[in-house]
Amino acid sequence: MKEKEQLIIDGKRLDGRDLMEMRKIEIEINPLKNAMGSATFKFGKTWAVAATHGPRAAYPKWIQNPESAILKVRYSMLPFSTWERSKPGTSRRSIEISKVVNDALSNVIFFDDYPKTMIEVFVDIIEADASTRCAALNAASIALALAGVPMADLVSSCSVGKINGQIALDIAGFEDNYGEVDCAVAMIPHEEKVLLLQMDGIVSKEEFIQMLSIAKEGCAKVYAAQKDAIKQAYRTVEAD
Amino acid sequence: MVNIDYIKKLFENNMRIDNRKFEEFRKIEIQTGIIERAEGSARIRMGNTQIIVGVKLSVGEPFPDTPDEGVLIVNAELSPAASPEFEAGPPDENAIELARVVDRAIRESHCIDLQKLCITPNEAVWNVNVDIQVIDYDGNLIDAACLASVAALLDAKIPKYENGEVDYEHREGKLPIVDMPVHVTIYKISDKLFVDATGEEESAIDARISIATTKDGKICAVQKGGKGYFTLAEIEKAADISIALGAQLRGYLSPSSTS
Repeated sequence: MKEKEQLIIDGKRLDGRDLMEMRKIEIEINPLKNAMGSATFKFGKTWAVAATHGPRAAYPKWIQNPESAILKVRYSMLPFSTWERSKPGTSRRSIEISKVVNDALSNVIFFDDYPKTMIEVFVDIIEADASTRCAALNAASIALALAGVPMADLVSSCSVGKINGQIALDIAGFEDNYGEVDCAVAMIPHEEKVLLLQMDGIVSKEEFIQMLSIAKEGCAKVYAAQKDAIKQAYRTVEAD
Repeated sequence: MVNIDYIKKLFENNMRIDNRKFEEFRKIEIQTGIIERAEGSARIRMGNTQIIVGVKLSVGEPFPDTPDEGVLIVNAELSPAASPEFEAGPPDENAIELARVVDRAIRESHCIDLQKLCITPNEAVWNVNVDIQVIDYDGNLIDAACLASVAALLDAKIPKYENGEVDYEHREGKLPIVDMPVHVTIYKISDKLFVDATGEEESAIDARISIATTKDGKICAVQKGGKGYFTLAEIEKAADISIALGAQLRGYLSPSSTS
């Protein structure tokens, strides 16, 4: 087991945040011109860029569904995104994350509107300071909306965890490495629907429930930021 | 062909195709020590789902950030023999998810005392390979694979190691196992929560959530799957079910083998 590290000093975390404080969210709208829709999403240093292509004819042909569209998601961490270089290409970790992100997005997309097609989402992590799957999902959700893919709602995600015995919102890299629990949550916050939930580490049931209610507040904050950013995109078009 | 609409209808009327209660597991049988050449082994039958788990130990270098700890590696194969739906080839996303979810329950519960698996710090430690082979598929693979993996770990013994050589034919102590993590997956169909889905039921689910608990009833790993959602109230109920049924499933693991 790792050495116990002091992660909270005088009620503040090592990066100066309060326990319930999220890192700064930054969103860029349609930074990529070749994608139908694209977005970047940052939680502090954690930085994801998402691009969507389609809906377009699904290939290879045998994957086509005559009644609905299919969603392909690829999450990958770029080699320079971590202190120690990450091996490029897919890993077991990236395959699993792609799957759970796909499941979460699939909940809101109206697939029946585009039979025989595929919608593709590519998310690259440019810099990884924990909570990368959350940033990836937030960026992907905005990119899909900007591409005009019909969706029931936006998906919003954030992490929550336990560091030095205390519950905290939005886990950063040093807290993931030395803290006790890391938990990624994606929700449609105002409907209380949980679409993604992955947790590592030991908690009591009461702490688990408390973490989820804190994550709900965090997801609501992300949701508001995503909505503002999308509105901003259309305001720019109007101004032209 | 499975009739998904029929299964959903049954759940709406609080029924299941095999007349089980929502919180009732199928018959579970576990045999351990079935493979002489493996350091630990188990075969589980959960209804018609059947899985074999083998534990093999080898000596390797530790990771640089944990120079005095053994290494745990979990892998899962969905053999094409197990279902006409499974394809040969490298593990697909379902096999990878299965392995990683079982891995997390074992790792996060600290059920193996990895520091006791250090031979020479920075140089040599035991690698514990847990290989999960699904040989017959009828649903609920995460719970069955986790239970069989822990049973195989409890069964595992450490081979003799002398002058840099592993003598696989002679074994010394038991693998140091200090907890018994158990996964219980809660499935959702037509807003009803239930456990131990059969293969047919699994094809009709909206979503699932696997919650692993330690022997003192703490939660140590969670994985939600499927395209549907859970409300916060449903997750709370799922946690209660997992804690209660986890204690029941732990009864299938021989407690005398814990150190």
